[in-house]
Amino acid sequence: MLEFRLKAFDVYESLPMPTTQDEAWRRTNLRRFKMDAVSPSINGDAATSATLPASLTEQFAAETAGGHLVQVDGVTTSYALSDELKAQGVIFCDMSTAVSNHPDLVQKYFMTQGVKVDEGKFAALHGAFWRGGTFLYVPKNVKAAAPVHSVLWSENGRTFAHTLVVLEEGAEADFLDFYASNEGEDQAIHNGVIELLVGDNASLIYSGLQDFGTNVWQFNHERGRVGRDGKLDWVTSWMGTRLSKAFQTLELDKPGSWGRMSGVFFTNGRQHLDLDTQQNHNAGDTVSDLLYKGALKENSRIVWQGMIKAQKDSQKIDGFQANRNLMLDKTARADSIPGLEIEADDVACTHASTIGKMDQEEVFYLMARGIPRNRAEQMVVEGFFDPLLRRIPVEGVRDRIFSRILEKMG
Amino acid sequence: MSAALEIKNLHANVGETHILKGIDLLIKQGEVHAMMGPNGSGKSTLAYTLAGHPAYEPTAGQVIFNGEDLLEMEADERARAGLFLAFQYPSAVPGVTLAKFLRQAINSKRKGENPEDAGIPIPMFRRVLKEKMDLLGIDHKFAGRYLNEGFSGGEKKRAEILQMATLEPKIAIMDETDSGLDIDALRVVSEGANRLKESYGMGMLVITHYHRILNYIKPDYVHIMLDGRIVESGGPELALVMEERGYDWIREKHGVAEEA
Repeated sequence: MLEFRLKAFDVYESLPMPTTQDEAWRRTNLRRFKMDAVSPSINGDAATSATLPASLTEQFAAETAGGHLVQVDGVTTSYALSDELKAQGVIFCDMSTAVSNHPDLVQKYFMTQGVKVDEGKFAALHGAFWRGGTFLYVPKNVKAAAPVHSVLWSENGRTFAHTLVVLEEGAEADFLDFYASNEGEDQAIHNGVIELLVGDNASLIYSGLQDFGTNVWQFNHERGRVGRDGKLDWVTSWMGTRLSKAFQTLELDKPGSWGRMSGVFFTNGRQHLDLDTQQNHNAGDTVSDLLYKGALKENSRIVWQGMIKAQKDSQKIDGFQANRNLMLDKTARADSIPGLEIEADDVACTHASTIGKMDQEEVFYLMARGIPRNRAEQMVVEGFFDPLLRRIPVEGVRDRIFSRILEKMG
Repeated sequence: MSAALEIKNLHANVGETHILKGIDLLIKQGEVHAMMGPNGSGKSTLAYTLAGHPAYEPTAGQVIFNGEDLLEMEADERARAGLFLAFQYPSAVPGVTLAKFLRQAINSKRKGENPEDAGIPIPMFRRVLKEKMDLLGIDHKFAGRYLNEGFSGGEKKRAEILQMATLEPKIAIMDETDSGLDIDALRVVSEGANRLKESYGMGMLVITHYHRILNYIKPDYVHIMLDGRIVESGGPELALVMEERGYDWIREKHGVAEEA
């Protein structure tokens, strides 16, 4: 691993810091980000689960979970895995434990098939400095008997957590990955990589919920890869950070692969969220469906750039992408840039993007039935998100996102 | 105490245009008033102004509802006080189901009456909703559909009356509820309104272009509106006169030219 880190650092050093001259970074300026001021999280002694807000512990170490893992600043503070899952051969542990106990699996899958070190400055930085995070491995034909939950909490908001999920052929799992930190004053960084490897006939529900303090600058590379007749239901929510820039790529590698990406975000204050999504149809007979919905308040900004790609021999594919943004204040700004690069000719690929304001006729209609204005406005926003929330297969995830939306509405 | 809606010399603008030019009308609970008039006479403006739509600006006059100054109240306060507008063109509210919306409306009303109220228990709400839907011939699956989204014209009107039946207002304004309804739907909707009148004395202002609905909801008073004013008032027989003679004689009598 040391060798891997050193190589990654060389790559990091060799790549220039992205600027707005780079197409993918055109709308996200890092001028105010002081890379030198943030250093990788150093393990203090006092990281205990006591620092974790009780609401989180209750929500995620739920009885329904077959396993839970809590890490504070990259150090595991609480961990459980049910006997049932153990007996099934499911491996669920923090990444450092995975390196010591399952070196063969880590060597095979860690930044080899999902995200590669050389795909960007921040992928390389992660490769060099990654620390903590979660490893989930489900062996061939095993249907994990219960969902597993991971909570990564940061006290100082400097995290380089790595999520690696490997589902072998015919495996099934439901994984909730939650990242959060308290509100801090100093600029901090989260540089994460998420790799979701779904084998042939395997099926993964992955929910990644980000809720960092607004002092955090987040740079993520995320990739899901789906085998023949495999399914990936990929949900992400973005509520915190000062700035987030994430590359999320779905690779549909074999006929019958299916991937659904659902994204929900709500920005306020000076938050800046820039999501770069790709749906790569690397084989024919593949289906992708992306729906990203966001609401914006105050001076926040959302950028979404989506791309559906199909190679020449990827016939009979079905690709869909839609981004819908709701502007709650005139001072907010949204850019929505869909894109298609289709070389095959027998395909159904469509995209849609809308940026709208709250409809005052809807608000009036609700008020005319006795509902006070603030509740009426809340309901219109809830309604905006409802079709997206209905796609989220896990009730606890839906409730968590929903309550954050209400909080942000104020 | 029986409630009353008293409109005194009401003037209202839409943008810069002066539409209502002095309306006087007293509607008591238990009474049915029909407001007839050609397109553009100001009937819907009256409805929206009373309901408190922000685009309709009262410029003079007064409206007293239950002894309170209605024009000083927000739209939601008016509704909670017991005034209901059945819209001619109800808004769709995507993402909000009819059931969720109705429950919120009921709870807002309950909270208005008692700030400590914890909301209608869900089993009770379900029972009430089913019962009212059955009375109005509405399929139960509408409860789970997004409010008015993809509803046909007739379905929207039934949904309006469902809301009225659930919220039990003191006075209801029905704005062209008959438009777009076939005769069976019109009968069901009218029976729904009549039932509320009979059960607790809901007062009604039935705004209509045609006589047809008045065969089902019998008015006690009929008013004719022209160019923002009530120009004739009378008993039910006035509706029959209108049916036979149309609006031209009224226009001639009051010297109002037909709009181009």
